[in-house]
Order: sequence, then C-alpha cells, then structure tokens
Amino acid sequence: MMMKKQTMYFRMITSSLIRRRSRMIVALLAVAIGATILSGLVTIYYDVPRQMGQEFRSYGANLIFTPAGDETSFTMEAVRKATDFIPNNDIMGIAPYRYETVKINEQPFTAAGVIMDEVKKTSPYWFVSGQWPQNDGEALIGQEVSDYIRLSPGDMFTVTGANSVGDSFSRDFTVLGIVQTGGIEEAFLFVSLSDLEEMAGDKGRLDVVECSVSASQAELDDIVRRIDENVEEVTPRLVKRVTRSEGAVLAKLQALVYLVTTIALLLTMICVATTMMAVVAERRKEIGLKKALGAANRSIVMEFLGEGLFLGGLGGLLGALFGFAFAQTVSLNVFGRSISFQPRLIPASMAISIIITGLACLLPVRSATDVDPAIVLRGE
Amino acid sequence: MSLLLELKDVSKIYGSVKALRNVNLEVSRGEWLAIMGPSGSGKSTMMNIIGCMDKPSNGSVTLDGVDISKENSKSLTNIRRDKIGLIFQQFHLINYLTALENVMVAQYYHSMPDEKEALRALERVGLGDRAKHLPSQLSGGEQQRVCIARALINYPTLILADEPTGNLDEANESVVLDIFKRLHKEGSAIIVVTHDPEVADEAQRTVVLEHGRVARIVQGKNNAMGCDA
Ligand SMILES: Nc1ncnc2c1ncn2[C@@H]1O[C@H](COP(=O)(O)OP(=O)(O)OP(=O)(O)O)[C@@H](O)[C@H]1O
Ligand SMILES: [Mg+2]
Repeated sequence: MMMKKQTMYFRMITSSLIRRRSRMIVALLAVAIGATILSGLVTIYYDVPRQMGQEFRSYGANLIFTPAGDETSFTMEAVRKATDFIPNNDIMGIAPYRYETVKINEQPFTAAGVIMDEVKKTSPYWFVSGQWPQNDGEALIGQEVSDYIRLSPGDMFTVTGANSVGDSFSRDFTVLGIVQTGGIEEAFLFVSLSDLEEMAGDKGRLDVVECSVSASQAELDDIVRRIDENVEEVTPRLVKRVTRSEGAVLAKLQALVYLVTTIALLLTMICVATTMMAVVAERRKEIGLKKALGAANRSIVMEFLGEGLFLGGLGGLLGALFGFAFAQTVSLNVFGRSISFQPRLIPASMAISIIITGLACLLPVRSATDVDPAIVLRGE
Repeated sequence: MSLLLELKDVSKIYGSVKALRNVNLEVSRGEWLAIMGPSGSGKSTMMNIIGCMDKPSNGSVTLDGVDISKENSKSLTNIRRDKIGLIFQQFHLINYLTALENVMVAQYYHSMPDEKEALRALERVGLGDRAKHLPSQLSGGEQQRVCIARALINYPTLILADEPTGNLDEANESVVLDIFKRLHKEGSAIIVVTHDPEVADEAQRTVVLEHGRVARIVQGKNNAMGCDA
C-alpha cells in the first residue's frame, strides 16, 4: 500500500508541531502576540476617526447665531425660526446667551444668562471644579473671577446693577462651580437665564446662540445659506475652528497609530525570525540527517516553511481574536464606546501573519539548506 | 567479483590537518569490509567521502562506475539517496517521529512512502511490535535496529556503518552483528568502522588507518569469498 507523498509530508509536519509542543507554543506565541498587536492597532486605526468624530461632534458649538445687521439682540422666536431649517435629529444642543454688565463688590463683571444643560452640550470641554448649577440662585464663575474676588464653591456673593428701565437691583447667589475654558469665558460669571432676566428685565432678548449640529461641512454650509436667506433677525455663522482642528488632531492620531503599527510589524518579524532561527539551529542534526538520507534542499525548505506557515495561520487567527479584545478594551477605556467585530479581520490577520512568518522564515530556512550532511558522522 | 568502489590516491585536507593521505582502496560487490584505527586517524572522513557527503581534496573515488569526486552536490545527494544506506553510532532518529515513520522518511525522500514495506523492514530487525513507539521510548539497541531498518529500506548498493555498536552493550551488539551477517549472506556490500576487534573479525578484510594512511590490510577469519587485496 503506497502512501501519497503529501500525506507523509503532512504527517511529518503535524508530528513535528504536536510532538515538539513546548517549542512550538513559544513560536506560536511570538506570532500570536504580534498579530494581536497588529490587528488591535489596525482596528483602532480605522475606528479612531469614527470614535473621535463622535467625540468631536459632541465638542459642541459649530454654528452661531448673532443679531442681524444693526440690531443688538434677537429673540428666542427668531432662533426657533432659524433652527427649523436644521433636521431635528441633527441638533445636539442649542445654548442661548444673554450678556449684562453687573457689579460684585462695586467691581464690574460680565454676567451671562444661560441654560446650563444646553451649555453642557455645546461646550462639553469646559472644565468645572465643583458642580454645574441646577437651580435659580446658583452660579458658575470663571477662573479669573474666582481669582479676583476670592470665591470658592459654596461661597455666597451679591450681584448688583441697574435694570433696563434704570432701577437698581441686588440679588444673592451661591457659587456652585468654577469653570476653566482656556478662553474669554473665564472672566464671566454664569447664572440661569431666568435669574438674569428677573434682574435686568427686558425679558426674551438674546445676544448669542450657540448650536451644536451633527452634520457634514456641506450640509452645514447649506443650512447656513438657507437660514441667511429666510430668517432676517439672525446672522448664522459657522465656527470653523473646531472642525479644522478636528481634522488635524485625527490626522496626528492616525499617524501615531500608523507608526506604532509599523514598529509592531517590524518587531513581530524580528521575533518570528529569531524564533525560527533558534528552531533551525537546534535542528541542525535533523537537517543533516535528512540530507544524508537524500533529501533535496527543496524538501527541507518546504518542511520548515510548512511548519512556519501553519504557525503563521494559527497565530494570525488567535491574533485576530485577541486583537479585537485588545482594541475593545482600549476603546472602552479611552473613548467609553464599544466597537463591533469585523469578521474580515480574521482572514486579513491570517494572511498577513502567514506572509510575515514566511518572510521571517526565509533567512533561517535558507541557512538550513547550508547544513553539511557530513555532520551526522562527526562526534557530538 | 566486480568492483563496487575504488579510491585512488585520495587525500582530504582540513586547513592544516591532513585527515586522509593518498589512500588507495578497492571494494568488491557483496564484500564486508571493516575499517579500524585510532581516534582521529580519518575513519569518519573516509566514510563521509565514500557516502557522498564530502568530496576529497585530491584523488578520485569511483562508486558503481561513477566518479563521485567530480559530481556537484545535487547529484551527490541523488547518488547518496539511491545507493547508500547509512548507520550511525548515535542512531540519529528523528525524535518526533515513530519508529515506523522514521523508516518511512527514508522512503519519502527516495520515492514513495509505503507503510507495509516499512513495517516489514522493522519486522526483519525484530521490531514489528515497536513500530508506533517514539525513539525516546526505545532502548539504544532498539534505536540502532530502527536505524538499520531505515538504512536498508531502499535496497542500497552499499551499507556504511560508522561504529554501529559503539553505543551498545554486548547482547545488542550481537543482535546487530547477526543482522549484518544476514545482510552479507543476502549479498549486500558493507563497510563498518569499528574499534571493536570482535566486530572487525566478522568482516572479510580489515583496513587499518593510521594518521590518514592505510597502515595495513588484514584478512578476516571469515574470508570465505576469497577476495584479494
Ligand atoms: N570538518 C572538519 N574540519 C576540520 N578538521 C576535521 C574535520 N573533520 C575531521 N577533522 C579532522 O580530521 C581528522 C580525522 O577525523 P575523523 O573524524 O575522520 O577521525 P576518526 O578516525 O573518525 O576518529 P574517531 O574514532 O574519534 O571517530 C581529525 O584530526 C579531525 O580533527
Ligand atoms: Mg569517527
């Protein structure tokens, strides 16, 4: 009963892999760890824009309404007219602002009347130590204001000033939080819109409205154009700064991940190559024997490649699975979002691992064919 | 008796070491030859050259009508595969393959693996019941018999054995010698390197090497076939 040559070939390879288990597990680990890092990083690489896009979209205001023409203010009514041109689902937040000059301890400050919950949405990057105000009579003060009049969360202070018809007012507030923004807002104090309206009168007037809209640049341009044409009371304006820096940050992040991926790729190759070199080195006797038995160089290369490629495939499969777990962990910890598994990653990771293992095996396997069969007759 | 092997003025030089110096030797078909000599006298070097695993620095070696000192390494591989059966002192079995698979490897490189035939070869050396054992599960004598079965599986023209009993006790030595006697009776040509006079005694002739030279050739007690030197 003759046996096919391939059958014997697979028998030799599988026996080598199975019966030399401990050695093979080390090599397999090298490949699997490399593939894990690779597929993990690739997943992150492709997921970062999506993750960061959502992150940046919640990075608040990208559309601002200011009074049209010579007007100094506008009403909520006009804002509603304008926002009718934005699809409802795309509106992440609409934060109206009204500014008045007030006095604390006879020092003039700018007070902003806002709706705190909306500000949170349009300015999510504000860093508040203490808490966001929830009720009337509570205030958020900028870092500069806090430095100037030495107020900390929990302190009370009195705001005075004159209302729209010239009568003076005085009202007590509790500091709930101190806000750092890195911008002009640090010189303001923030109270609820209704508190400010009660103090300053002239109910319903607004100075600025900041909107956070989830839309592409083209859609945003279109929205601005239509509001400009149809709503006389406000001037819509896109805030370019955030969108541009979003692109820049993304590019930098991707470049970083790209770099790390390349380095991981190189390290994997070196790791697999050294492992294979060790495998070949410790099997010099076996190679010499096979040659003494009449094995052609090609047969020896095929046997080592067979083992290497099997390791590459299996390592790639394990790497794809572990890599997803790795990317998932990173995503959950850094972005607080989960990613979905890409089944395509399995064949891709296996193919890349097989190619890399093949390349890494090339050198050590070539040196395997240099083994002199005469070593089998020399003493050990 | 026709000529199987002829060494003419063969020298092998490793750097400053002259492992073989102007060796002349003729071996007939079916002859059983022993090679003796002190350590370092060039016995293994000679076996390597005869076994097509190394080339002489000078001189010519004709095996079965082919001058192997002129061949390239690829055709040397083919000649080795087709004509030579090798038996080693250290057995050199592949440790992750069973006894049977170790024999089949030789078939695999030669032509086609044939499990039945490999099993018969193991039975011939008395190891039919050890076919599925790994080398680590076999005694030294059993490993040597697997090595012999592997050397014989492709019907070599010449069997080369470098100290085949060097690692064996007396009981196993006589088992191996019995196998050699049978092979000799069946007409195989055998060259055995040995330190053991008892092993050499079984051969028809013994070549004694000293410092890479043929010091003398001794006729064995079993020189029944009457080969001339
Ligand atoms: N590849 C080599 N490179 C350099 N010198 C070598 C090489 N192979 C053998 N020699 C030298 O050639 C000489 C003969 O070696 P060889 O192995 O043929 O001896 P031997 O008769 O088989 O000895 P032993 O009985 O110890 O096996 C020794 O001096 C040895 O050191
Ligand atoms: Mg020797």
